[in-house]
Amino acid sequence: MSYFDLRLPLGWLFVILGLLIVCAGFGAQVTSEGMSLGWNVDFLWGAVMVGFGLICLWFARRYAKKRESSDLANAGSDRS
Amino acid sequence: MKPIRLELIDGAILVVYFAFVLGIGFVLKRYMRSSTDFFLSGRLIPTWVAGLAFLSANLGAQEVIGMAASGAKYGIMTSHFYWVGAIPAMVFVAVFMMPFYYGSKARSVPEYLKMRFDEKTRALNAMTFAGMTVFSSGISMYAMALLLNLILGWDFNVSVWLSAIIVLLYISLGGLTSAIYNEVMQFFLIVAGFAPLVFLGLRDVGGWSGLQTRLGEVATAQHFAPGAFSHSWRFMGNAADNPMGVEWLAMLMGLGFVLSFGYWCTDFLVIQRAMAAKSMAAARRTPLVAAVPKMLFPFLVILPGMIAIALTQHQGASGFALPSKPDGSLNYDLVIPLMLRHYFPSGILGLGLTALMASFMSGMAGNVTAFNTVWTYDIYQAYLRPRASDSGLLWMGRASTVVGIVISVGAAYFAAHFNNIMDLLQLVFAFVNAPLFATFLLGMFWRRTTGHGAFVGLLSGILAAAMHHGLTQPMGAQTLVKGGWLGHVLRIYPSEMAQNFWTAIFAWTTCFVVTILVSLVTTRKKSDTELGGLIWSLTPRILEEETVWYKRPFMLGIFVLVLVLILNIIFW
Repeated sequence: MSYFDLRLPLGWLFVILGLLIVCAGFGAQVTSEGMSLGWNVDFLWGAVMVGFGLICLWFARRYAKKRESSDLANAGSDRS
Repeated sequence: MKPIRLELIDGAILVVYFAFVLGIGFVLKRYMRSSTDFFLSGRLIPTWVAGLAFLSANLGAQEVIGMAASGAKYGIMTSHFYWVGAIPAMVFVAVFMMPFYYGSKARSVPEYLKMRFDEKTRALNAMTFAGMTVFSSGISMYAMALLLNLILGWDFNVSVWLSAIIVLLYISLGGLTSAIYNEVMQFFLIVAGFAPLVFLGLRDVGGWSGLQTRLGEVATAQHFAPGAFSHSWRFMGNAADNPMGVEWLAMLMGLGFVLSFGYWCTDFLVIQRAMAAKSMAAARRTPLVAAVPKMLFPFLVILPGMIAIALTQHQGASGFALPSKPDGSLNYDLVIPLMLRHYFPSGILGLGLTALMASFMSGMAGNVTAFNTVWTYDIYQAYLRPRASDSGLLWMGRASTVVGIVISVGAAYFAAHFNNIMDLLQLVFAFVNAPLFATFLLGMFWRRTTGHGAFVGLLSGILAAAMHHGLTQPMGAQTLVKGGWLGHVLRIYPSEMAQNFWTAIFAWTTCFVVTILVSLVTTRKKSDTELGGLIWSLTPRILEEETVWYKRPFMLGIFVLVLVLILNIIFW
């Protein structure tokens, strides 16, 4: 037995949070102290987070496929 | 302090994160069918998850906030907590101690002590540890509620109870696995939340060279040499030459050996994560996997403090500066919240605050999982219901989670009335952890150590720590919690840090010597057969011939130590 792959919730969390932060980047980039940073930190960092989330989801899918084919191979050798 | 202004998007980020936290707990509930599943994750956790949880269990917000504050007070010397303290200890526990912890099939650190020595040694460790973890969880709760009240204007009681309910839910549903999974998520969230802060702060201060120039001005303003804040070893020949007030011997022995090894090698809060790994090889690699990001963490948590003090001395274009307290000293504890408020617009601000809250709650959850395991196996099953069934133990695990949280809430309110309680708890930790490593060292590597030796040695070490603390004070101490409470002050140390390190050295040395002396005049009650797998000389070496040489723990350990040596040289 094993637990579910942590890369799945991790990936989805970063994709969702990243998209929320990217959306914030379409608004004014002013801090609580009234400062403007000159960089659209929300847009840039949100995009990085979405990218990281997608990489996690890709690894999770790859691992799931590998496990599926190994389970099939074991089932095949058990039958024979 | 003006509260941070939160927009809807910041709230949405917070809600999404906590929905994931609780969701993980709910999904894991169906896997919790036995006490091993609940307390030890069924020993199914992969290396990378166990490794990041091993690191993250220790990464409470008190460390994040505390390290940033120390970075502002002491500069790059704060990195010694990582590069001299944590990393060598993590390598040692991986290579030398994990075979005994994992191989003995002990379900907890106190249980290992029972197997190696006797019941009284287990009882002493179990009771002190259980008490300390649950109070530590409460202190985390208190510190978080206080900070949220200060920076966001949130009600203290709401923060305490909301955090308690969230932690209670996900731990009682998913046990240790839920705690571990959330710790790993919290690790990535902290990196995501604080990395942009470091980037923006460095940009404001003029990059690394600009930071060094400003830190030179900070050092000279405090009557140190210009490099005192940006060099980690150069000014450690004399305690008066550096802002930490510690010389190299106290640093190496006190922090580098006693305190760090005492924590990373014996504290069940972190060891539990490695014990949950899916194999012996995975358990041994767990601290080594943790060591690599750990050695990079100074750039994430200490650098903001250094940037903050540099900008306070000589403001950058953005005008950031640390505020002063009523007594005129700078408020170092507010480095992270103030930098979040200053540099982060809505969106990423929500992320930074979520990372901060996540780290507080992860610290609470880690303590509660350690508590419920030690309570259930080492106190309830050992002394109250030895014949409890596995389902009974599982039930007790969930019940003790509830009780642990309730006691934590009580401790949080207690701390609100006695503001020295945090200092007191840190003290108790130091008294207990420092001598414990001597007990383990002798227990694992010297066959002759007896149960009586271990017990008397441990008690003597704790008493020695208390006596040293009672007879010494740091410079400028104003309350007895800082020391000198035995009425006579034999030595005044240049700083609290120096006093802590020397307290630890005295405690460890006393425990070590007394354990040896008492062991020599008492007889061992367990045979060599009973102690097989628990002591170095009676345990077959793990050869791992099927593993390529560069994946073996010993070689990985060498690799990690070489990396950390390079970091020490770069920042000499």
